[in-house]
Amino acid sequence: MTSKSQFKDPPVIQIKGLKKSFGGSHVLRNFDLELHQGENLVVLGKSGSGKSVLIKCLIGLLTPDAGSIKVYGDEVPELSHDALDKLRVKVGFLFQSNALYDSMTVRENLEFPLRRHWIKTTKESVNELVRHALSNVGLVDTIDKMPAELSGGMRKRIALARTLILKPNIILYDEPTTGLDPITSREISNLMLEIQQKYNTSSIIISHDMSCVKITSNRIVMLIDGVCYATGTYAELSQSTDIKVKQFFD
Amino acid sequence: MNSSVLDDFLSEIGELYRFMLRFFREGFKPRYEFAEFFRQCFNIGNKTLPLVAITGLIMGLVITIQSQPSLQAFGAESWLPSVVAVSLVREIVPVITALICAGKIGSSIGAELGSMKVTEQIDAMEVSGTNPFKYLVVTRVFAAILMIPLLIVLSDTIALYGAFLGVNMKQVVSFHLFSNQVFESLSFGDVLPSIIKAFFFGFAIGIIGCFKGFSTTNGTQGVGRAANSSVVTSIFVVFIIDLMAAQIADILSIL
Repeated sequence: MTSKSQFKDPPVIQIKGLKKSFGGSHVLRNFDLELHQGENLVVLGKSGSGKSVLIKCLIGLLTPDAGSIKVYGDEVPELSHDALDKLRVKVGFLFQSNALYDSMTVRENLEFPLRRHWIKTTKESVNELVRHALSNVGLVDTIDKMPAELSGGMRKRIALARTLILKPNIILYDEPTTGLDPITSREISNLMLEIQQKYNTSSIIISHDMSCVKITSNRIVMLIDGVCYATGTYAELSQSTDIKVKQFFD
Repeated sequence: MNSSVLDDFLSEIGELYRFMLRFFREGFKPRYEFAEFFRQCFNIGNKTLPLVAITGLIMGLVITIQSQPSLQAFGAESWLPSVVAVSLVREIVPVITALICAGKIGSSIGAELGSMKVTEQIDAMEVSGTNPFKYLVVTRVFAAILMIPLLIVLSDTIALYGAFLGVNMKQVVSFHLFSNQVFESLSFGDVLPSIIKAFFFGFAIGIIGCFKGFSTTNGTQGVGRAANSSVVTSIFVVFIIDLMAAQIADILSIL
């Protein structure tokens, strides 16, 4: 099942024939995907189907066995370490486990990527950026707290603020609502939508939380058996009669 | 030892060798993480200092108290400061301090990096444009290489003071006389090998802790295993280095 994309600009991310296996297990077999400017694309699939592997290949944390991954026209697996670092400023990554540095305060967590990229070197401007990022997620009060003092939902928001602080054009969300209660999950989903509208970011969202998928997706790609099994909007796919697609929407 | 255990052991040795090569390849190239290096030096020194100081004092006292009757039996009690000083500085203090550091620093590095690995903090660091190997491993290993010899020198000093207290428990010896006897008996050949091997102890403890932490798998259970394995392997390697240092010093006739 396919659905024609509504986007006419060239894709910001283009994946063709991606293959990745671990030992004898073939996770991605021949995966294709395109992400366009301003689009929220959800990659939907069962646990262990290779969704996280896909976005880790995209950001250069894993090296694919074969295939092409182009981000803004750059072939990611062929980039040098320095070029990859430059590209990573444009691509934010929200980890499933939040990955906040637990030995640092919230402020230090947010300052870390700024300092690494030599952005805004004066103390006042760094402080201003940190406060602005925190105000985007509604958590300015937590600035001097340690991650361990925050709730799961707050940690997710702080992680999102850290992702946003470099003002990325593309955001990769790895299961952003996993482990959260339905209310917090909805808040995070709405926040993701707000970010897309405010900053015109393009996003790949890895999820199997259907309420998050419904709120955030412009388009859905179904990753089943290592390939792009189906693609379409939420409305289109929810009407599907294909048994493998239907089981996600029932 | 069955073949799979042997395979695992050999493959781990290979991995550690590759990890060490990466350290030498990346450790001397910019960008230098000075702030993190000094933070790690402070952490290692500050956390271990009280333990090392107390242990040094006890070592000095115990060795003196234990040696006194033996020397007394041969009528060589006046040699006590010299004998104790040489044995403390050459062997006992460096090895015991390195073992304490293996326990305290090795486990702390293994657990910290292991926990960062399983909670994706190392991946997050890489995604933020930081080379996690340089930021986490190189800084910690260099900090251990610098701080462990300093801790050993400090422990030597405190152990010698402990020996002075031990000598004074059964007789009255002035500090001036005690230090004269100590420094007359200690030669360059006693101090230098002990300092040189201290650098190797520091390197071994740092690199093993980082290697175990960086190769952590299987969640929190893996973190515990990494911390434990860091300590056990570091202690084992400290003894191997000590044995090799003794052999090399013997061949070079400086011991």
